[in-house]
This record gives sequence, C-alpha cells and structure tokens, in this order.
Amino acid sequence: MTEFGFLSETFLTLIEGVPVTLTLVTSSVAIGGVLALALTLVRRASTIGNWLVSAYVFVLRGSPLLVQIFLIYYGLGQLGFVRQSFLWPFLREPYWCAITALALNTAAYQAEVLRGGLNAVPNGAIEAARVCGMTRFTMLRRIILPIAIRQALPAYTSEVVIMVKATSLASIITLFEVTGLAYSLVSETFRAFEVLSVAGAIYLAMNYALTTAFAVLERRLTPQSLPVPQRPISVA
Amino acid sequence: MDGLIAYFTLIGFGPRGWGAALAQATLMTLAVSIAAFGVGIVFGMFGCWAKLSGSVVARGAATAYTTILRGIPDLLVIYLLYFGGSQAIGSIARLLGHQGFFGLNGFVVGTLAVGIVSGAYETEVLRGAYQAIPRGELEAARVAGMGRLLMLRRIIAPQTLRFALPGMGNVWQLVIKESALISVVGLVEIMNQTRIAVGSTGAAFSFYATGAALFLVVTTFSGAAFRRAERWAMRGMPSGGGRRA
Repeated sequence: MTEFGFLSETFLTLIEGVPVTLTLVTSSVAIGGVLALALTLVRRASTIGNWLVSAYVFVLRGSPLLVQIFLIYYGLGQLGFVRQSFLWPFLREPYWCAITALALNTAAYQAEVLRGGLNAVPNGAIEAARVCGMTRFTMLRRIILPIAIRQALPAYTSEVVIMVKATSLASIITLFEVTGLAYSLVSETFRAFEVLSVAGAIYLAMNYALTTAFAVLERRLTPQSLPVPQRPISVA
Repeated sequence: MDGLIAYFTLIGFGPRGWGAALAQATLMTLAVSIAAFGVGIVFGMFGCWAKLSGSVVARGAATAYTTILRGIPDLLVIYLLYFGGSQAIGSIARLLGHQGFFGLNGFVVGTLAVGIVSGAYETEVLRGAYQAIPRGELEAARVAGMGRLLMLRRIIAPQTLRFALPGMGNVWQLVIKESALISVVGLVEIMNQTRIAVGSTGAAFSFYATGAALFLVVTTFSGAAFRRAERWAMRGMPSGGGRRA
C-alpha cells in the first residue's frame, strides 16, 4: 500500500473515534460543571462545607486520573453495596465509568477555576447590587456569575483542553475513542509512527477548534475590546 | 473491624502483605518523576532560549514544540516513543539480520516521554520567569561590565529560578501524576504494582484506593517542600516583590 493511501485510510479509521471522544468530553465537562457549581455553593455555605470541599479538591487533584478511573471501573465492584444498588447496571459499563471518573475529576479542577473567578468579582459591584435591593439569587444570577465566568474563561478553556486529552485514558478501560482505535490499529499494522501521528493530528485539530471557539467567546464577552463604531466624519 | 484487619494484612509488611512491593513502587514513582522532571527542565531551557532568541526558525520550532506537546494526549506521546521507538529499532535490527519485536526499557521511554511533555510546560514557566526579571538589573549587570556568561550565572539564572519556582512546582505535580501513565509500558511504579496486586488478590478497591493514597502522600509532601523552597527563594523580598511568574 502506498504511503499516502495508508495515511488516509488510517485517518478514516481514527476519525470514527472522534464522536466518542467528543461525547465523553461534553458530557463529563457539563456534569463536572454542574458539580463544580454545587461544590462552590457548599464551600461558601459553611465552614464544614468549605472543609469538605477542600478535602474533595485535594484528593481529586492530588492523585492521577488513571488511578481514579481504575478505582471506579474495577474498584467499585469489590464493594457489595455498590453491586446491589440501582447504579450497578451503569457502573458496570466502561463508558459510564469513564464519564463518572472524568466528571468527578474535572469538577475538582473547575471548582478551583470558579473560585478564582469569584475572587475576582469586585466588592464594589456586589455592594452596588445590594444597595439596589437585589436578592441573593438575583445578585448571583445577574452580577456575580457573569463577572466570575468571564474572569474564569481563560482558565476554563485550558481545563476543557486538558479534558480532551484526558479522554484518551478511557481507551485503557476498553473504550474505542481516538486513542483506543489508534492503539488497536498499531497492534494490527505495526506501523506505530504513522498511526499515532495521525491520531495526534486529530487531537491537535480538535483542540485548535476548541481554543479558537473559546477565544471568540472571550472577545464577545469583553465589551471594551469590541471595535468602537465609527461615525463617518461629515465634511461640510 | 475484620475488614480493617484484613485490609492491613493485605497492604502490610507481613509475609502475605504487599507493603514492601508498594514501598518499592513508590520509590520507583519518585525516581521516574525526578528523572522526567530533570529532562523537562533541560527541554524547557532549550525551549525558553529558542522562544526568546531572535531567530525566526528557532522561535517557530519552539512554538511548534509547545503547541503540539500541549495539544495531544500524553498517552499518545508515550505510545509513540515506545512503539515508534521499537519500530525504528526493529527496522534497524532487520537490516542487520535480526527478527522480532524489540521491547524498549519502560523507565527510559517513560522518562523521555513525560520529560518531553513537561518540557513544553516548563518552557512557558521559564519564559514567564525570565520576563519577570526587572530590566534594570540586566542593564546594571551590563553596565558593570559583566560578560554574557557571567551575567547568566550571577543574575539571570538565579533570578529566573526564583520567579519560576511556583510554576515549576505545578509542573512537578503534573509530572508525578503523569508518571502513572508509564505503567502502560510495563514500568512497575505505584499504578502498575497496585494493578499486579489486584490481579493476584482481587481486592480492587482496597489496592487502587491505596495507590491513590500513596500518590497523595507523594504530591502533598513534595508540594510542601516546594512551598518551603519558594519561601526560601523569596527571603528578603518585600511580600509580592517582583511579578509572579
């Protein structure tokens, strides 16, 4: 087979893994985002809550994701009460285990990103909102979260890129996303260099598209950086 | 209670315990992490130098390096070095008349792979730190008649290191956690040792939880060491002195 033929065939094989990779990313980032918001609210609610959330973040950020995936996929089965529970049909499947592990992991990182964003909300804005008579919820929805999310956006972008890369670990628990397909193709063809380079290029393209999209979003959400509409100067 | 006793027998240092093996695996994780961190610093220094150099080619190469290595999964880099490396060595060996698959040393491949990946992050850390050096200090050194090498040794290197320490601490944490991926090429570090133990005892939750705990111990203690080093490096500076890298 010619070199180009092999590369394009490899590309066509690996591209079939992209939907799996993207589903893993979007679902785990979305679930993790909701969890992170909940963690942040618990953290701000009480001292014990703060302590618990800090412990959660410490454990999830201090140990490798691969260990967390194995703990959930292989480890939970050892516990009898998990096997008896209604969750077992899900936690038996590598797909749901991967999403669970990725979501729990990114929740810890996203909680930190969100904390940074919340710290960046100026006190004056909160005071002004309070003076206007906003309730806590309105203030959160209309003042605090928009400012915090805008501040946290760059860090959030890199977290999503990290998640795209992290989904490759799902291949180790037999999921056929891009890396999983690449691995089995390498063991079929023994052409590691070509196959893995194509896989790398696919990941690069995904991450490039992602960072570009986030950059556009960032620009949209920064009113100061938008071009000032110029009125035509009338020459009388 | 019985469960606890069973657990501690399992991970203990007794005749049926896995304690000694796990301790040895922890040392292996530390060893491979330190080696990879060192490789990463070397790559980072070259990357930083290239990014700051006037040459368009060097800058382009360094940008390609950091973009690609930070944009593809680390697992792919490890596979690429491991399988790609044995593919290359295999084809050389075939020319010399040997046959078969050539396995590479997991420690060497893992160190190189994690080192190259962390080097991309280290490049950015070092670049930010170098740019945080007050320009006046470099001018003063030049005015004092220092040569380029002396200036590098006495001013640039110590100052860059001081500003880079917090970022390097983050890279170190990354390296420890990535060292777990080296288990896929057969290196017996914490991750792989727990996997072996699970294979032999079936106690998956106990061992993977222990593995996670061992990683937490390593990251916590080394994190504390880095914070001490930071305080030491910043001694005598007004708090918040200098831009944080």
